[in-house]
Amino acid sequence: MTNQQKIVYFLYLHRTGLTVAGLSIALLIFPLLEDNPYTIGSTNLIAINAIVVLGLNLFIGYAGQISLGHAAFFGLGAYGSAIATVTFGIPPWPAMVLVACGVALVALILGIPILRLSGHYLAMATLGLNFVVHSVLLQWDEVTGGPSGFSGIPSLSFGSFEFDDEIRLHYLLWGITLMCLLLCLNLVRSGVGRGLAALAGDETAAAALGVNTRNAKIKIFVLSAALASLAGSLFAHTYSFVSPDSFGIFTSADMVIMVVVGGMGSIWGSLFGAALMTMMPEWMDLFETYKDFVHGGILVLVLMFLPQGLVTGLIEIAKTRWALRRQKDAAA
Amino acid sequence: MLQLENVSKNFGGLPALSDVSFDVPRGKLTALIGPNGAGKSTMINCMTGVLEPSSGKIVFQQQLISKLPAYKISRLGISRTFQNLKIFPRLTVLENILTGLSTEGGDSMVMAMLRLPYLRHQERQLKLRAMAALDRFGLTDKANWPAGVLAYGDKKRVELARATVGNPQLILLDEPVAGLNAEETATVAEQLRLLRSTGHTMLLVEHDMDLVMEIADQVVVLDSGKCIATGTPDEVRNNPLVLEAYLGRMDATA
Repeated sequence: MTNQQKIVYFLYLHRTGLTVAGLSIALLIFPLLEDNPYTIGSTNLIAINAIVVLGLNLFIGYAGQISLGHAAFFGLGAYGSAIATVTFGIPPWPAMVLVACGVALVALILGIPILRLSGHYLAMATLGLNFVVHSVLLQWDEVTGGPSGFSGIPSLSFGSFEFDDEIRLHYLLWGITLMCLLLCLNLVRSGVGRGLAALAGDETAAAALGVNTRNAKIKIFVLSAALASLAGSLFAHTYSFVSPDSFGIFTSADMVIMVVVGGMGSIWGSLFGAALMTMMPEWMDLFETYKDFVHGGILVLVLMFLPQGLVTGLIEIAKTRWALRRQKDAAA
Repeated sequence: MLQLENVSKNFGGLPALSDVSFDVPRGKLTALIGPNGAGKSTMINCMTGVLEPSSGKIVFQQQLISKLPAYKISRLGISRTFQNLKIFPRLTVLENILTGLSTEGGDSMVMAMLRLPYLRHQERQLKLRAMAALDRFGLTDKANWPAGVLAYGDKKRVELARATVGNPQLILLDEPVAGLNAEETATVAEQLRLLRSTGHTMLLVEHDMDLVMEIADQVVVLDSGKCIATGTPDEVRNNPLVLEAYLGRMDATA
C-alpha cells in the first residue's frame, strides 16, 4: 500500500470515531465563535430534540416500527421533572433519573400490549397515547398547572455552578447528547444492532436468524421512551417553564419528520434531521408562519424522492453508484 | 437428528399436511420433493416455528421443538434459507452475513451500548468469520456492496452464506437453485456437496429433479400433504406411487 492508500484506509476504518471527535471539537469551540446567545439557545434546542430523535430513529429506522406518540414520553419527562423538583423538592439530577425510570416502566407496561400491533394500528395506538397524555397535562390543573403551564422549575447545577446561561447550557446539553449519540452508535454497531437492522428488513427472516423479535421491539420502545423522558427533563430545566402545548401530537409528528428527513436507520441522520428541522424556522420567516405546511411539504418530497431520508438516501445512492462502477470496471 | 412424528397442519379445516413422519439423519443430505401444493413450504415453516403444527411432534436432538417460537429454534442450531429471498437489500453483503451471527454477542442491549472491550474483541472475531464465509462463497470482492445491487445468483449465495456462517447443526434450504441457470446451479450443487463433506446436515426442498437425484442421500416425497415415499434417490425414482403422483404427471404434460 502507498502512504496515500494507508491514510484513506485509516480514515475509513476509524470513520465513526473520527467523526465523533470532529463533532466534539466543533461543539467545544462553537461558543467561542458564535457570541449571539439567541443562536446558541437555538442550537441548544437541537441538542434536546436530537436526544428524542435518536431514540425514535432506533425505534422507526432500526426496529422498523412506527410511533406517533413520542411527545407523550417527552412531556412525561418534562412534567415529571417539574413536579418532582418543585412540588416534591427532589434535587434535579436524581429526579431526572427517577423520572426516566418511571417513564421507561410506563413504556414497558404499554409496550407489551401495543407492540403486538404493527403498521397503521401501531400508529393509531401511539397517537391515542399522545392524546391521553396531552389531555391529562391539560386537565389535571392541581398537579400540572393546566393550560397555563408549570413555571419556576429550577435550573440544573453542579454544587454552586448553575447551568443558567446559554453557553453553560450549550456544554451541558451537547455533552449529554454526544453521550447518547455514542451509546446509540455502539448499539447499532453490535450484534444486537444488526439483529435490529434485520428486524427492520424482514421480521420472519430476523426470527429465523435467532432474533427475539418481540423482545427486541419492546426493549427499543422502552429505550426510546427513556431517552425522550431525559430530553423532556432537560427541556424543563433549560426553559424553567413547561406547558401542554409543547407535547401535543404535532410535536410527535415533528419528531417523526426529523427522523424521516435525517434518515431512517441512521444515527448521524438523526442529528442532521433534528438540526435541520429545528433551525429552519430561524433561517426563514416563511417557515415560522407556515411551519406545518412547510413541514408537511418536506415530508412528502422526501418520501417521494428519497424514502430512506436525506442522509441515508444520499449515502445509499453513493454506495450503489460505487458498486455499479466497480461492477462495470470488473466487466471491462 | 430431526424426527417428525405424525405432523399435521390444517388451515381453517383444510389439511395442508396430514400425518407426516420422517427422519432427517445426521450428516446426510435429505431432499423433500413433491408437486406444487404438496405442503413442502408448510413443512419447512412448521420445522422453523413460523407455523405451529396442528398436531404431531417435531423433535430435534431429543428436544421437542414443535411449540417453540422461531427464534428459539434458530438458536438451537436450525438455520434456513427462503424460497423468495429474504436478504436485506440496504445492508452491505458483509453486514448481511453478520446478521447470521447477530445473537452470538448475547442479547444485552446495555452491554452493546457500553461496547466493553470483550465485545470489541468478539466483534473482530465475528468479522473474520463472516469474511471467511464470504470467501467460501466467492463474494469477497463484493463485501462492501449494498446487497440490493447484486445479481440474483449472488443474492442466493449471500443467503446461503448467511444461513451457514453460524455453524448450524441443521440447514433447511428452500429451493436454493430456483431461478438459477445451469452454470449457477452447478456452483450451488458444488457448495452443497462441500457443506455435506464438512459434516453439515441438510434438508433440501427442491423442484430441480436432476439436482435432487444427483446429490441427495435420502429423498422424501410429499403429495397432497401426505408422505408417500421415503428412500434413496434410486428407490424413489422407481416407486410406482411417486411415478404416478409426481413424475408421471410431469411426463404427461411434457
